[in-house]
Amino acid sequence: MERVFFYFIAVAIIVFAFMAVTNRNMMRSIIYLLFVLIGVSSIYFMIEYNFLGAVQLTVYAGGIIILYINSIMLIEKIGTPMEKVKTVRKVVAGIISVFGLALTLFAIYSYPFQTVKSGNVTTVSQIGQALLGYGNNGYVLPFEVISILLLAAMVGAIMIAKTEKK
Amino acid sequence: MQKQKKNRCIMINGVSIYEILTLTSIMFFIGVYGFFTRKNLIAMLVSVELILNSAAVNFVIINKYMFPGKLGGDIFSIFIIAVAAAETALALAIIINLYRLIMSVKTKDLETMKY
Repeated sequence: MERVFFYFIAVAIIVFAFMAVTNRNMMRSIIYLLFVLIGVSSIYFMIEYNFLGAVQLTVYAGGIIILYINSIMLIEKIGTPMEKVKTVRKVVAGIISVFGLALTLFAIYSYPFQTVKSGNVTTVSQIGQALLGYGNNGYVLPFEVISILLLAAMVGAIMIAKTEKK
Repeated sequence: MQKQKKNRCIMINGVSIYEILTLTSIMFFIGVYGFFTRKNLIAMLVSVELILNSAAVNFVIINKYMFPGKLGGDIFSIFIIAVAAAETALALAIIINLYRLIMSVKTKDLETMKY
């Protein structure tokens, strides 16, 4: 049952991702990206990383998609399609992508992954203690770095978007 | 009931790590294809989102299937999501500012970032 569901999600993710990069209408392309992000969050839920799935849904599907839609509405007329891509460009990009995919799949399938079975469920309190822990298995240094990065991004966005009065 | 829940394996039943890694690789190279073919700045950002997302899924899947007692992949996926949010906000601010200056978001119209 879970296997069938996983294959359904996988096919949906691939189809919607392809439509997101090929559709010529910008707004539709963003909505297809939204479907891909929801599919990825359902994979997180299937392996019971519930907190990560919730973060994916709220930050990506909730926040980033709304940012994209707002900026598209600010920039372009919604109905106008983008210009067509040249066939040569498509073919070259397709060949490069397929070659890279083949190389990656060859590397993946020739490496013996040693999987471990366990029934551990990651709880939110474990994640919180790991985020602020400074001992073994603690991640407080990247947490602080990411907080400074977010602050810098916020200040930078304000600086960039600010209009200068002349 | 309780015992059944304890014994249940958390990995997706019947799905091996290879299939999930195949899915994320396909997603990654669809993103690469979009990055090569698109000529609109926002559409290129969409492709970057696909690439970042497939990388985040890889972190989580390898953590779950090979090192289930540890939390590294989970935490770094959260960091990837945070970095992606910051990057998107900044890039869209730059793009909107650029549109104000040259009234276009196509890559061929961008000759200089200096104004």
